[in-house]
Amino acid sequence: MKTYQTSRLAGQKSVLTRRTALKLAGGTFAASTLGAPALVRAQTGPIRIGHLTPMTGFLGTLGGWAVEGAQLAAKEINAAGGAAGRQIELMSEDSINPENGATKAQRMLERDGVDFLLGEISSATSLAISEVAARNEKLFVAVGPRSDVLRGERCSRYMFCTDIPNTAMVNAVGTSLKQDGMVDGKKFFTLTADYVFGHDLLAAAKSFFDANNAELIGDELIATDVTDFSPFILKVRQANPDVVCLNLAGNQVTNFVKQYAEFGLPYPMVGFNLNTADAWAAGVGNLSGTWPTVWLDSVETPESQAFVERFKAEYGKIPENHAWISYIAVQIVAKAIEETGSAATPELIDYLESGAKFDIMKARQAYFRPEDHQLIQEAYAFTVKDEGTYDDVYSMLQLDGAVPAPDAPLESIYPSVEGGACKF
Amino acid sequence: MQIVFLLEQVVNGLVLGGYYLLIALGLSLIFSVGGIVNLSHGAFYALGAYVFVQLSGTLGFTAAVAVSPIVVALLGILFERFILRRFYNEDPILSLLVTFGLALVAEQAIRMIWGAAPLPATLPSEIRGSVIVGNMLFSKYRLLMLLVIAVALGGIWLLLNRTSFGRVVRAGIQDPDMVAALGIRLQPYLTTVVMLGVGLAALGGAMFAPITTVHPAMGSEILTIAFVVVIIGGLGSFWGVVLAAVLVGVTRGVTIYFAPAASEASMYVLMFLVLLLRPRGLLGESIAKFES
Repeated sequence: MKTYQTSRLAGQKSVLTRRTALKLAGGTFAASTLGAPALVRAQTGPIRIGHLTPMTGFLGTLGGWAVEGAQLAAKEINAAGGAAGRQIELMSEDSINPENGATKAQRMLERDGVDFLLGEISSATSLAISEVAARNEKLFVAVGPRSDVLRGERCSRYMFCTDIPNTAMVNAVGTSLKQDGMVDGKKFFTLTADYVFGHDLLAAAKSFFDANNAELIGDELIATDVTDFSPFILKVRQANPDVVCLNLAGNQVTNFVKQYAEFGLPYPMVGFNLNTADAWAAGVGNLSGTWPTVWLDSVETPESQAFVERFKAEYGKIPENHAWISYIAVQIVAKAIEETGSAATPELIDYLESGAKFDIMKARQAYFRPEDHQLIQEAYAFTVKDEGTYDDVYSMLQLDGAVPAPDAPLESIYPSVEGGACKF
Repeated sequence: MQIVFLLEQVVNGLVLGGYYLLIALGLSLIFSVGGIVNLSHGAFYALGAYVFVQLSGTLGFTAAVAVSPIVVALLGILFERFILRRFYNEDPILSLLVTFGLALVAEQAIRMIWGAAPLPATLPSEIRGSVIVGNMLFSKYRLLMLLVIAVALGGIWLLLNRTSFGRVVRAGIQDPDMVAALGIRLQPYLTTVVMLGVGLAALGGAMFAPITTVHPAMGSEILTIAFVVVIIGGLGSFWGVVLAAVLVGVTRGVTIYFAPAASEASMYVLMFLVLLLRPRGLLGESIAKFES
């Protein structure tokens, strides 16, 4: 179809008429629907996983990490003989936005014959893909989105979430802030990403403030394409809070912290969402405060450190949290395939719901909660070291230890499933 | 509501407008003189930021800000000589396609050279922080930036209006055939204008690198705003672009004060209103060669 358009624009007579183009397209479609042998082959051939993740837009800088982590996992699994004896084939594509993500998911399931879907970072796109997966009755492992609604009102029998939800991130940072006396009686000013993830995070933050006698004196919803935050920084100063708190996402965090450092306002900054890549991108001296994470390269288990080394050997750089979570997600589905001997959705769902434990390079093993399909695991808070006490951005973050504390049950930082909103 | 807080947003908007201006002015110049809508203009902005980050490690902050636009301007010569030059007299759709394609190629090239992950860039600590004038808060760095922009702007204005170079360029904008009839080759002037235009964009990129995310797609982020500014200001008008940049900056700041959710929409509403009332833009001139 492209040939047709280009040559028309160039003002030349096209060799491809509208009619033949239509025929060609029709033929391709017929050939793909008639591709019955693919079904037979699928039982013994490679396992095809449709991997969608944003590679452009405000989350685009994170998607690259997700692809690298997932591809490394597939490579290692294949080198060790595959999952249940079958090779894993990852089809990684840019999901772009909810509309495109849903279209591509449908195409992957329908035409490319993938066995199931995996990936994503954006909560909005995940919701769109989840609907496609449910319609096609295929598994969707939502790797990176963090909105509580994906584990609540908008949960799905076909969707499993591997990253920590917003409530867990708020609790991870909140625990650390309470210890430092930065919550009780304090005035907070929040800046929130204006889409489902941000709204959800703000809701979690509000319940945390209410429960801990903190006051929310102002909140600004910020569109995801905003790159200049100076007007918002002026509003922060006008409100004169005790703490500035970020519920932003992706590039927004990097842009904000750089400009906040530029203005040099005195209010301490904390945040309920930060990816290591966004922290590194901020550069030396710009970032401060306490933040949550699902994993950091300084997690001190031998497995984590070995992963860092393998990732460095493959890509020549330290992995960030989206590389790790994507790696883990592929490992988890590979284990499920290995254990059930099948890549079929019903078997995989049964296995993942069974409470099977997974080694995810942390002190404690993880498992999916059958009630909401959330991967229950440790989270962490980290603090940015003072400027001048570290060499470069890679040694700038200080891990504060796992949350919850070793003697508390893992589920204590997650939203309760008792009377929860998730109904399959 | 305190009036001083609103005023603070207005002044901050002025500063921001200055930054939009750097990108929009080059876009407007290249269109006015060459008749080319340069969709790859954002790529030069991004290159300015990347070259700045690359150089700041060895040259230091100030020298890197100064050298980066020069490096990119030199690239601009190649851009004009080997790409743009073929399209001055062709159907405008072709130059649109080629510059759009170039923008994609440039973004991928940046990805291949520097990687997809954003590069860190930091302001030296002595120019971080703000000053308070009359209870209004100003970032020190942005004030410095405004000064640099004012100097660059003044220089371009003098060049266009007080030198023989500028006379030829202005004549070339209105009637290239007459310029040719007078025995003047417009070619070297076009090269210089493109060089200046992309150099300004790169200066914007270099100065903004320490306070924004330096990532491969940063060029496309800024391009839309630059186009809006050019359209509001009107083609071919130096002061039109200046006025429009400031208007867009201030409108955005004031909208954020009253209705933050509408901040990104505000400039499009402004563009819509201006086009309804003055289809040529605020100070747009009638350019003979584009009228038909």
